[in-house]
Amino acid sequence: MEIFAGSMVAGLLIGLLFALIALGLTIIFGMMDIVNFAHGEFLMLGMYTALLTSQATGLDPLLTLPVAGAVGYLLGIACYYGFVKFLLRGPMVAQLLGTFGLMLLLRNLALLFFGSEDRTIHSGILVNRAFDLGMGVVVPATKLAGAVLAVVAFAVVWLLMHRTRTGKAMVATALNRQGARYMGISTERMNGLAWGIGGATVMIAGALLVNFWSVTPYVGLLFTMIAFAIVALGGFGSIPGAFFAGLIVGLITEIPGFWDFFTYLTGSRWMAGVSMTPFKYTCVYLAYFLIMLLRPRGLFGWKN
Amino acid sequence: MSEPLLQVKQIKVRYSGLPVIHGVSLVVYPGETVCVVGSNGAGKSTILRAVMGSQRAFDGEILFNGAAIRNLRTEAIVHLGVVYVPEEKMLFRPLSVEENLLLGAYCLNDQEQIAKNLEFVFALFPRLRERRKQAASTLSGGEQQMVAVGRGLMSNPRILMLDEPSLGLSPLLVDELFGAVFKLKEEGLTILLVEQNVREALEMSDRGYVLQTGRIVEEGTGAELLRSDKVQQAFLGL
Repeated sequence: MEIFAGSMVAGLLIGLLFALIALGLTIIFGMMDIVNFAHGEFLMLGMYTALLTSQATGLDPLLTLPVAGAVGYLLGIACYYGFVKFLLRGPMVAQLLGTFGLMLLLRNLALLFFGSEDRTIHSGILVNRAFDLGMGVVVPATKLAGAVLAVVAFAVVWLLMHRTRTGKAMVATALNRQGARYMGISTERMNGLAWGIGGATVMIAGALLVNFWSVTPYVGLLFTMIAFAIVALGGFGSIPGAFFAGLIVGLITEIPGFWDFFTYLTGSRWMAGVSMTPFKYTCVYLAYFLIMLLRPRGLFGWKN
Repeated sequence: MSEPLLQVKQIKVRYSGLPVIHGVSLVVYPGETVCVVGSNGAGKSTILRAVMGSQRAFDGEILFNGAAIRNLRTEAIVHLGVVYVPEEKMLFRPLSVEENLLLGAYCLNDQEQIAKNLEFVFALFPRLRERRKQAASTLSGGEQQMVAVGRGLMSNPRILMLDEPSLGLSPLLVDELFGAVFKLKEEGLTILLVEQNVREALEMSDRGYVLQTGRIVEEGTGAELLRSDKVQQAFLGL
């Protein structure tokens, strides 16, 4: 029971951060039907931004969040106006290969400037602190902060999209680009904003993640894949979808560990000796596969 | 007569590479209701889309209030006060009627003016007031058309361009919709109307143009065109 509660909580906490990672991907996809393969690289850059800012200034890693957000916003906008905008004129395959190329570019730039070694944050208010909630549930402060701030970020983005004039214009553009243009809404500007917000949220997620995850220039791909699974599960372009799908994916990653513990506990000879935990992400991709097979528009498909 | 509000001069437009509009000119004066009639495929909608810049005219000139707009972006043209209600309606389907209408006022900043316009639209189409919280996708075809026209009115347009507003509506609804358009005309709104419903459109319009395979073949006042042999033979079956 205790281990069950523990893995549930761990799954939900990491799930919220996964959701925040996927948020930008779903916003960009919803706005312009473009899959951004470089999404995980933005996350990686967010991790480096937080780590290097904190090392250079001596600030606590937690306080580097605004820096990561601002850098992400500017980088997203720069990528859109400097590059993606031109891809839109080409065929679908150009868009796919284009963001794939952006992924390679960003990764190799990171390799060039930051080197290939693993880097970790060793100190900070969050690091190595935990709360014991009883019932065997111990919550590391890093993950709790990640989860709480992910919820805050979702709330902010949701309010932005539904309460502000510009946000509503973004929703309108996502729903019907040409129709929105006939209302006087500039598609170009909305696309740029989507990339800005997408970049900001994912780099904030990176700044949270780096508190408990070491960073290398290659860290992005794993999270790109997780974000894809979440966006597919939640429905392409759906913000609430990304939120709930993130939680589900977080829980899914806990299943194999729980399974291992269960087989160990029951001493079951069947499966004993085969650890399932290394397959935790395989489970995520399996869920992705099943969703694409059974319900391609995701759980919260919203554009008809 | 005063200066024309909208002037289309000898425009030529291609559609997937093929020329479909071969040098069309038309003019709309402030306060006028002008219609372009013609059969399906004559290129009526193409003219409106060329004015909006969503389908570029490769030759000719388009002037709004004396200024050239042929090379402006669609959204910039909208901000000048040229509003287009497309044939496909292009509603924001999951959003409510009210949200759709408010998006129509994107160009405005004055909240009071927006509230006033919303009230005006609800007075024009009382049915939309009843359904204000309903998703646009749940409305009937006629109601959706009302949302599309209402949304077009929300930004205080200087010219309203309606593309086949009666398309797919039952005769009863067509009457209701034309009744509303007539009220707008009485209010002094400048309207450019494209219609297949030739009789109703011409009866309501001050002037009209007859378009056939991308060329204007006849023009005149609404009453003149209704009497003309060409119109009677081609469209009214007389």
